[in-house]
Amino acid sequence: MIELIEASKTFNAGQANQFIAVDKVSCRISRGGLTVLKGPSGSGKTTLLTLIGCMARPTSGRILLHGVGKVCLPGLAVEDTVEITSLPERFLTTIRRRMFGFIFQHFNLVRGITVLENVMLPAYPTGAPVAEVRLRALELLETLGVSRHAASRVERLSGGEMQRIAIARALVNDPLLIIADEPTAHLDSRLSEEFMELVAGFKGAGKSVLIASHDPIVYGAAQADAVIEMRDGRITGCGTHP
Amino acid sequence: MRYSTCFLTLICSLMLSLALLGLYAYLSRTSDGAHIASNMELVRRLKLTDLCLFTEARYTRNPAMADLHAPFQDHPMALEHFPSGSLMAPPDFVREKR
Amino acid sequence: MNRRIERYRNILDFALSSLLRRKGKNLSLLGMYTVIVFFIASLVFFIQALKREAALVLDGAPDLVVQRLVAGRDDPIPVAYGYKISAIRGVSEVKPRFWGYYYDPVTRANFTLVASGDDPPGRESIYLGSGVARLMHLNAGNYLSLRGAKGASQVFSVQKILASNSELVAADLIQIREDDFRTLFDFPAGRATDLAVSVRNKVEVPTVAAKIAHEFPDTRPILKSEMLRTYASVFDWRGGMVIVLLFVAVLSFVILAWDKATGLSAEERKEIGILKSIGWETGDVLILKSFEGMVISLTAYLAGVCLAYLHVFFFSAPFFEQALKGWSVLYPQFKLAPFVDPYLLCVLFFLTVCPYTVSTIVPSWLAATVDPDTAMRS
Repeated sequence: MIELIEASKTFNAGQANQFIAVDKVSCRISRGGLTVLKGPSGSGKTTLLTLIGCMARPTSGRILLHGVGKVCLPGLAVEDTVEITSLPERFLTTIRRRMFGFIFQHFNLVRGITVLENVMLPAYPTGAPVAEVRLRALELLETLGVSRHAASRVERLSGGEMQRIAIARALVNDPLLIIADEPTAHLDSRLSEEFMELVAGFKGAGKSVLIASHDPIVYGAAQADAVIEMRDGRITGCGTHP
Repeated sequence: MRYSTCFLTLICSLMLSLALLGLYAYLSRTSDGAHIASNMELVRRLKLTDLCLFTEARYTRNPAMADLHAPFQDHPMALEHFPSGSLMAPPDFVREKR
Repeated sequence: MNRRIERYRNILDFALSSLLRRKGKNLSLLGMYTVIVFFIASLVFFIQALKREAALVLDGAPDLVVQRLVAGRDDPIPVAYGYKISAIRGVSEVKPRFWGYYYDPVTRANFTLVASGDDPPGRESIYLGSGVARLMHLNAGNYLSLRGAKGASQVFSVQKILASNSELVAADLIQIREDDFRTLFDFPAGRATDLAVSVRNKVEVPTVAAKIAHEFPDTRPILKSEMLRTYASVFDWRGGMVIVLLFVAVLSFVILAWDKATGLSAEERKEIGILKSIGWETGDVLILKSFEGMVISLTAYLAGVCLAYLHVFFFSAPFFEQALKGWSVLYPQFKLAPFVDPYLLCVLFFLTVCPYTVSTIVPSWLAATVDPDTAMRS
């Protein structure tokens, strides 16, 4: 579904503190599976996620989306290939909104508003009717077992609950690929196992999942279809489940 | 109810009341016209030249008729017409209430 | 189309709930803002209505008033001047005016005594302006004693009180007979306070004034247009009321400065990052922020203007009373005819709503153009 061809990302290019976060990475991420990016912190996992998720552009190299043209941009056929590296920001936002659901390491929930509003937030600028979105958000909260918190503020919740809210938010626009950055970093083992069960559920529902993690519970899990090992911005190992 | 519905209702009702106030001004112009006309008649009859807005001094009561450069101190509490007058308050014994 | 409207409504929803998060701050901001609009709008309404009423009412004033100056000061004018003036071509009528000021030591108020015009009161009787009647607690049939120029008090019976809705022009008037006026003030015979001149063709008024000034070098003709201009300039933007206005303007700038100084907090900045990372465009964020600004400023504008209207036209502008009153003891009580100029409302709209909305957008715009991946690295 996603193909990276020698994608690199350099920060502070040309300055003394130049830093190459991702160095000529080429790989494929297939549809309908769980792909894990494995590597120590600082290995460039998060940067690679932002490149794949259309949040930042690679400094060099190309990123292609195969077979999802219709989802990405109106007017394209299903089999069209979209090269996201050359698109203007407006289209990137559209692709990001339709293709990807993000679960951030620190959850990034908006404080002060209710759980339900947080979940509905990504759908606001799409112009979807609010009643429909609300229904979808409530269903998601129900599925994730946190519907009793719908009306409370996010800052009152525990870490595990916050993550479920973040997951519901990532799913509200019904994306094809769920991207999670260190999802188990703030969870204990039991909650991490529960998270992996939820991920298995997504896979069952036909979603693709991409997780960056250095937690053995994640990359050692039975559900992982492919593990890509990273170190110092390069891919050091690639393979299916060990 | 959605917040936006509440807000739009508020804005609409405020605009409506503003429109109603404008309408009121428009409708009351007949009755106001009558009292303006009677005042104009009084001005004509008594040959008045000024509005009675500030009665403290000659040059404020009848600014149109006042001397060009010499606003007098006709009133014990009258201030100087020129900028320095606005900086100096009259002495306390003049201002104290009886 | 429907989706587009729905998108705006959704963003408005979020703008409102995000304003409600800082309820105290935003409500007090709204309150202050409303007060500012209220004061500026009150001033605009008051000045406009007063200017308009002055122009209408003073249309009845004499075309030309001829004063005599002696050593730069007003002096009674010989009535004989009037005969020569009436001979000038174009002059239809010359009438002497008798009027003056009377300081009442008991109330410390200044009254205006007028003894010209038709329909004079009877002998030793007076008509009272309703402001005088209110101040001195007098009714028709009561007596008022005035201290004459020679020291003796003279008693007048109050024959009539002028209508209370005439206070804008006649609150402090005491109308008296001409002969009583002469006796009271020991006014020199054959003289009048000044002369009121009527001109047949209004276009010729300046010509007539020039002729009078030429024939009588010791006089000063005052045109009706000059009288009207006096009022236009008193209530001009640069007039005395400007002090009130400046006060208000300073207040509003303090608010804007305060709001700008607080600027975008780190939290707001982070929120913009979150919104961008979950699929909001830069444009969506800008719409959100301009809605936040507009909700405050539009509500404040509409509420302020409505309140100002009530304040000026229904309650006779009590907040301006002190400013207008100055040192005067006798303050006229008048109700202005409601008058709303749509042009001024528009000017006010652009002066109040736009700067605030823009000042909320600009810092957000700077924050909204950052890459969405900054939210990932927090």
